[in-house]
Amino acid sequence: AAMEVPLSHGLASRAAALATGYLCYRRGSPGRGLALRSLRRARRQDIDDVGHKYYLELELEDVLDKDSTVNCTAEVLYHLGNKNIPPDVQFTLDGELKNTDEADNIFYNRIKSLEKELVAENIPDSHGNVPPEMEPIRLLAWVASGYVIWQNSTENTKFQLAQIKHVKQVKRSDEYLEFDYMILLHDMVSQEIIPWQMTVLWHPQHGVQVTQDSRQPKHVSG
Amino acid sequence: DQVFHIVPETFQQVQHLQHLCSTLLLDLWKPQLPEDIRTGEDLHISIPAPLVQEMKDSLDHHMISYKVLIPDLQKLVDESMPKERRSPRQVPEGYLYTQYHPMEEIYQWMTQIQKNNSELVTQHYLGKTTENQEMYYLQISQPSDKTKKIIWMDCGIHAREWISPAFCQWFVKEILQNYKSDPKISRFLQNLDFYVLPVLNIDGYIYSWEKDRLWRKNRSPHINGTCYGTDLNRNFNSSWGSVGVSYNCSSEIFCGSGPESEPETRAVAQFIERKKNDILCYLTIHSYGQYILTPYGSTTKPPSNSEELMHVAEKAAAALMGKYGTSYKVGSTSLILYSNSGSSRDWAHMIGIPFSYTFELRDNGTHGFVLPVDQIQPTCEETM
Repeated sequence: AAMEVPLSHGLASRAAALATGYLCYRRGSPGRGLALRSLRRARRQDIDDVGHKYYLELELEDVLDKDSTVNCTAEVLYHLGNKNIPPDVQFTLDGELKNTDEADNIFYNRIKSLEKELVAENIPDSHGNVPPEMEPIRLLAWVASGYVIWQNSTENTKFQLAQIKHVKQVKRSDEYLEFDYMILLHDMVSQEIIPWQMTVLWHPQHGVQVTQDSRQPKHVSG
Repeated sequence: DQVFHIVPETFQQVQHLQHLCSTLLLDLWKPQLPEDIRTGEDLHISIPAPLVQEMKDSLDHHMISYKVLIPDLQKLVDESMPKERRSPRQVPEGYLYTQYHPMEEIYQWMTQIQKNNSELVTQHYLGKTTENQEMYYLQISQPSDKTKKIIWMDCGIHAREWISPAFCQWFVKEILQNYKSDPKISRFLQNLDFYVLPVLNIDGYIYSWEKDRLWRKNRSPHINGTCYGTDLNRNFNSSWGSVGVSYNCSSEIFCGSGPESEPETRAVAQFIERKKNDILCYLTIHSYGQYILTPYGSTTKPPSNSEELMHVAEKAAAALMGKYGTSYKVGSTSLILYSNSGSSRDWAHMIGIPFSYTFELRDNGTHGFVLPVDQIQPTCEETM
């Protein structure tokens, strides 16, 4: 039987962050990033020999338009024992997400028509600024980081994208856009900042894919 | 670039103006389109600097009278934009509380604040950091014959949480600007003194400006300088080293070589210990997460005055939400976030300070530590 978890409880907020990351990966684009607005309800079930399952009711907001929100239910199953199996996440959206076809196509065409491959660093900068033309690049990283967060989360982690250290476009002969990102993830539980490399593919009709990713060694401070 | 105001008087003038618009490709502000230019109606037209003379000559030649509405468009645009960072800046006339400031500017700010408000503010030395930087707090105290209780607030114990020192500065400014006119603030000051430490972890803060924006700890060297930094908020003598810490210097939550091993911790702890009988409330400001956290992190056992602590915190969260709708969660660290020992908030409560809170300011993770400057004002206003 599933028991209610107080909404402010650390475990509930970690599961909610994970579900949000997964959802963002599945539904996001350079024109649409989703963030957790609030956790409405959380229940937890211990399944013998399997793991811990959370039943969540979430309210998500559009990163670009905070007034645009959508409700969602999600189930998160953290597997017992074996740390290499990512959690199972399922969700149902209660409502429509804003259509971003126009913005996505504008971004797609803009990048396709660049003569030199796009290169950028430190998004946002130290003061939190993101130049407007970099906003889709940032959102694409936000969406792709949802994949990395999903794949690497446990009940003892709570990841957020902290910053894009570096991004480089990789020219392709097919219709996809490819970007090589070096991002910094922040884990709220350990407080660690973890550099992570990810190769991201995107096409307006085909969604976001992370084709390769690897955790990087922490840059030892001097 | 200039903006002209013209009222065409004849149809020939209208035609000429339409001609000028299309040949010189001028930017029509009013009306929107050349075909809507009418006699007797206002025309506002923006003219690029190199064409201003030519325009004036042409208007004069056709006996069209004009007025210069905006003599310098760029200047007007610049004035309406948030100021660019210039260094070093004088302070605080024109000190921008809606920008993040490096440590040298914060030092200058403290000196100026005391100078400009000497009837209320005194600056006091607390101690030195690992790298020999001087730590100061500001005492805001209305002269009175009765001894007053103290509210202590420190900011910037974790270097990367820039919104925190920004809030301390904002707080001081608000008190000083409004204590005469705001009855609530004036009543506070009749009965309480505020002690504000704008940046506790000075070395770390400087490091986060110069080398690594996401640095958290102080800059104490370990293992012959191959590893740096103790988490100051794991270094206090409150169940030190027991839970939620690492004994490894390379960790962000390294608790140091012993309780109060760090000079910054000692400077604060010694002062607060001395004054503890007069301190009513200990506040420590962090980011991010939007929480008001009560003791303890080191155990789930509630503190003795838990009900009262929660009640006050919940009222604070409600007031905060009332401003911009920002929701803060309230509760003990060990339940809401994670276990941790050696925090300053736990220590303050354990030595007898009844009200001890950690504030985790905006946001929820969308920007995290790198909160954009346009959120400084709303964050500070709601927290105030």
